Amino acid sequence: MKILVPVKRVCDPDNANKVKVSADGATVTSDGLEWKPNPFDEYAVEAALRLNENAPKNEKLGETLVCSLGPAEVAQTLRQALAMGADRGILIDATDGQLDTTVVARALKALVDKEKPDLVLMGKQTVDGDSNAVGQTLAEMLGWPMATFAMTVSTNDGGKTLTVGREVDTGVLTLKVTLPAVVTVDLRIVAPAGIKNGATPADHKYNEGARYASLKGIMQAKKKAIDQLKLSELGIDTATSSAYPKFELPPARTGNCVFVETVDDLLGKLRTQAKAI
Amino acid sequence: MTDVLVVAELIDGGLRRTTLTAVTLAKQIASGTGGAFDILSIGVGAKNAAGNLAKYGARKVFVAEIAGGYFAEKYAPTVAEVAKKGSYGVVTGCASTYGKDLLPRVAAKLGATNVSDISAAKVEGGKVLYKRPMYAGNVFGWTSPNTASAVVGVRQSEFESAPEAGGASATEEVAIATDPAAARVEFVGLESQKSARPELTEAATVVSGGRALKSAEGFKTVLEPLVDAMGAAMGASRAAVDAGYVPGDLQVGQTGKVVAPKLYVAVGISGAIQHLAGMKGSKVIVAINKDKEAPIAQVADYFLVADLFKAVPEMAEKVKALKAQG
Ligand SMILES: Cc1cc2nc3c(=O)[nH]c(=O)nc-3n(C[C@H](O)[C@H](O)[C@H](O)COP(=O)(O)OP(=O)(O)OC[C@H]3O[C@@H](n4cnc5c(N)ncnc54)[C@H](O)[C@@H]3O)c2cc1C
Ligand SMILES: Nc1ncnc2c1ncn2[C@@H]1O[C@H](COP(=O)(O)O)[C@@H](O)[C@H]1O
Repeated sequence: MKILVPVKRVCDPDNANKVKVSADGATVTSDGLEWKPNPFDEYAVEAALRLNENAPKNEKLGETLVCSLGPAEVAQTLRQALAMGADRGILIDATDGQLDTTVVARALKALVDKEKPDLVLMGKQTVDGDSNAVGQTLAEMLGWPMATFAMTVSTNDGGKTLTVGREVDTGVLTLKVTLPAVVTVDLRIVAPAGIKNGATPADHKYNEGARYASLKGIMQAKKKAIDQLKLSELGIDTATSSAYPKFELPPARTGNCVFVETVDDLLGKLRTQAKAI
Repeated sequence: MTDVLVVAELIDGGLRRTTLTAVTLAKQIASGTGGAFDILSIGVGAKNAAGNLAKYGARKVFVAEIAGGYFAEKYAPTVAEVAKKGSYGVVTGCASTYGKDLLPRVAAKLGATNVSDISAAKVEGGKVLYKRPMYAGNVFGWTSPNTASAVVGVRQSEFESAPEAGGASATEEVAIATDPAAARVEFVGLESQKSARPELTEAATVVSGGRALKSAEGFKTVLEPLVDAMGAAMGASRAAVDAGYVPGDLQVGQTGKVVAPKLYVAVGISGAIQHLAGMKGSKVIVAINKDKEAPIAQVADYFLVADLFKAVPEMAEKVKALKAQG
């Protein structure tokens, strides 16, 4: 099937505690931190590749497109996805300030109208804004069904429907959706048996996590096309839905860490100092 | 003046307590702007839950009884219709997985701004500003919607549950609206594991285990006795869930549940940024770890440097004895 995977670049999530707020609180800066693909989007790329391949035969079953909205440097992020095995990239040139939920969703809708994928497979959330909203917004704008928080996806009915296991607060909720649809992925989608596409044998053992780009993949990615679009060319309303007038850092936790060596010491302190038990 | 609509979350045909944190936000905005708030009881058992929801001081409780399992395409049209009819400036619900799934879809239907997972709100000159944790809780952003209405998800751990207000709100049944997208979704089932322990997001004490427990057996035989001795809810790190030691709904963190209990005990958990995002709002944090250098020390109040396989069983016994003494 034809799958579109939107990918955002974010500043290194494992160093998110090094993000700074300007003195006047007007901006967040991530200077000195590396840009990485949003981890959930990387998982979505992996899930799309698994859906679109017969793994042991190394055979492609469908086209995987990746797209990103952002400044010109997001081409780098797209190249990473192409090196993993995606077929084509689309870069929608936008400034970081324009990347708000509705603008991104409207742009993705315009792209979907143009490319007509069977499935938009995306991260459930970006780990910079932590919004968890673009997928749902896009699905509604398209009038498509959706399945969020996907931990398992399997294809049925010759690729016309998907069965999706959603990781929810109270357990695992399973839905069957008819394509075209939007699916947003959660962490466990990249477990060894998260994806079943009817072609890759059910007992095929994938590694845990997203695949690394091979050297060959990196070489091939250099030749793959990245189409360029301008946000202004998509004919959409580019007014953002919200403003962030002020940022602040969380209050530091008060007090220092008290190290203890014995259970008795710990319980004593919890009882008399912290009054926690 | 901003009127607020609370979208209730039901579970097993009754009220889920998550709803009451959204009621708290609704009351704050309504009283801060001189508006009123209503509640929409929607789903299986909506009629039944309405009686309960009527106790929280809402002007009105709307009832939309919808049979069958939940999916957003089935509920969003009715929520949007009720919201439009009442011209609410704010529609709110808890940012549980239910709220996170449903609310942005409602916002898109209404052309309203979606504001996800807020930790506070303030009313300034009749305008509402929302505070949101971003970057895994390492930055807070204050945001204000550019549109006439907003749909707002409330982070449960940051808002008190609204207390009963006395009296009973009037209830009114509303028509069920439909959406063509709903015909393309089928609810297959919900698999949940019932536990006698307190719910993770509501417990006063949470004891979480990490990769260091090594197996499902480790959780059962080593961690669970401590969890139960403390009358706690059990949580876990992603590594423990990924390894299959415990189910995913126990995961605490940026992408799991966010908890803020009075006491949080992290056993054999290193304290990665993504884990801290889900528990650093706890009042007292205890780490049990054999590595003094583990990053969990950045947020821990007490750090027992020990092998958990020795310390945890001893602690379970001693806590039991302490509790027996009273
Ligand atoms: C997109 C994304 C989202 C994520 N979301 C989450 C999330 O929501 N929640 C989450 O938890 N993680 C999340 N993670 C994963 C996170 O980055 C860490 O990998 C994870 O939290 C590590 O789990 P752990 O602390 O159990 O394991 P480790 O990091 O392996 O730590 C094990 C700890 O146990 C200690 N230890 C070992 N043996 C013993 C012993 N015998 N006695 C005492 N101590 C011992 C070690 O010293 C170590 O500190 C996410 C990651 C990504 C990329
Ligand atoms: N600038 C962007 N470019 C491409 N995809 C994006 C962008 N922003 C968000 N997305 C997609 O939307 C998902 C949810 O993002 P959010 O709702 O912002 O947390 C992400 O995981 C991406 O798949």
